[in-house]
Amino acid sequence: MQIQQISVFLENKPGRLAHVAEVLRDNKINIRALTIADTSDFGILRMIVNKPEAALDVLRHAGFTVKQNVLLGVEIEDREGVLFDIMHLCDVSDLNVEYTYSFVEQSSNKAILFLRFEDPEKAIEVFRAKGYKLLTDEEARKL
Amino acid sequence: MIWNREMETLGRASLARLQRERLADLVARVHGRVPFYRKKLEAAGIKPAAVKDLADITGLPFTGKDELRETYPYGLLAVEPGKIVEIHTSSGTTGKPVVDAYTQSDVDLWSEVMARTLAMVGATAGDVIQNAYGYGLFTGGLGVHYGARRIGANVIPISGGNTARQIAILRDFGSTILACTPSYSLYLAEVGREEGMDFSKLPLRAGVFGAEPWSENMRKEIEEKLRLKAIDIYGLTEIIGPGVASECERQDMLHVFEDHFYPEIIDPASGRVLGDGEKGELIITTLTKEGTPLLRYRTRDVTFLDRTPCACGRTSVRMHRIIGRTDDMLIIRGVNVFPSEVEHVLLHVEGVEPHYQIVVERRDKLDCLEVRVEMTDALFSDEVKTLEAKEREIEAKLRSALLVHARVKLVEPKSIPRSEGKAKRIVDRRQL
Repeated sequence: MQIQQISVFLENKPGRLAHVAEVLRDNKINIRALTIADTSDFGILRMIVNKPEAALDVLRHAGFTVKQNVLLGVEIEDREGVLFDIMHLCDVSDLNVEYTYSFVEQSSNKAILFLRFEDPEKAIEVFRAKGYKLLTDEEARKL
Repeated sequence: MIWNREMETLGRASLARLQRERLADLVARVHGRVPFYRKKLEAAGIKPAAVKDLADITGLPFTGKDELRETYPYGLLAVEPGKIVEIHTSSGTTGKPVVDAYTQSDVDLWSEVMARTLAMVGATAGDVIQNAYGYGLFTGGLGVHYGARRIGANVIPISGGNTARQIAILRDFGSTILACTPSYSLYLAEVGREEGMDFSKLPLRAGVFGAEPWSENMRKEIEEKLRLKAIDIYGLTEIIGPGVASECERQDMLHVFEDHFYPEIIDPASGRVLGDGEKGELIITTLTKEGTPLLRYRTRDVTFLDRTPCACGRTSVRMHRIIGRTDDMLIIRGVNVFPSEVEHVLLHVEGVEPHYQIVVERRDKLDCLEVRVEMTDALFSDEVKTLEAKEREIEAKLRSALLVHARVKLVEPKSIPRSEGKAKRIVDRRQL
């Protein structure tokens, strides 16, 4: 029930993100969603792509430090208040969110919220019990 | 095993008395016979008769490597040229070579201190010593050779290089002790393994390694791969070659053969003599050498001395393995910092590889030290807090080792420039 995310270590200097994008373009890898966590020294680029294994491979080959790990993708309605519903649920269920970012579908009024939890197993139980649809890895690649 | 029990376990008071007598004799000799030293002593206002105490040594002038080059080739001879029986020189890669000229008595002294060194790993007449230090002008080969002969061991003078032959001799002649540089021993281990050699089946049991800087980690690797006990030996051409100091079987710092080579530690910037435990430049005075004796020679090697007794029973002062060279030393807010110390800390942080660069800047009149460490797969996390915690962990470890704060910055792999395999370790941007 968890989906693959690629994260890349980037030094905080011009041209680094462009280089990642170039490598992905040259290998025909499409980015579905991305976020960057940054400090004054470095950044961590996290993204959902259509071909995570290939992305890992080509970025490593290009000399980047890359990691693959898993996230929860929760399907939500694209309207006001939904983020509060999710965060409130996390709060009352004592789930600690490490970070989150989102993807909005063009063809429907659905959106996907990607969440990284300290305890992903517990998070899966909580969301399922409330009837949320969790994206499979297969579905995430086809976004 | 202690080769010369009388001299190596001499009580400290008797040793000091002996050193004092030898120092007075040395000063009289160089003043009388070496114009270079007579001039230096006169310029410093020192009359040989005034050197009565060991403490008087701190008033004597230093001898620098450049002075040795200026007096090339025979300017420092303290005996008639006819009394010289052997010459060795440094490679001279950084200028004119420095010359060590030995009398018969000097060769005997060399044999004695090298016998002491080999006895540190228990060498006896029954041992087969494979001597893979270079024979020739370099002191390593003949130094070990003379020590082995003094002990009566069987020495195989294969000299350096020719790895296939080294491997064959290790296997066929049953070498029990290997003498070479530490890096060459690892190369031997690698080639031996490729040829299917099982080091655990060899009679090889000890290695005496020196002539280049190495680390505890390297020792572990050598001992594991070659299945032997590895000791660090120290010496330099200018003083006698190998045989100045050596670790004993406890592998806990190097015993200095101070009845012949008197060590001091100074602050390389001010020349002030430092106390035991304080890091600085090693100074050596050759108390007994005849051919080319040296007063307070500045080795440019950085270490510290320890006078606590060693459990082996030897009473000599010990020196820590060489920490660095004064040429590499950085002074940060008055604290001496060596790249080797930074490397040592990084080697002990999980996931970190020793690819680093030290950047020094002066901001608001304060020296700032930044240590750049390359990211590795093992170190990387997709969470900022984990990476920042790693930076703080390395900073804390550096702080306790260097005694000065260094900011740690994680950088991308391979982003630190490498030249000929050796990274450019220090970038000093201070405009003084």
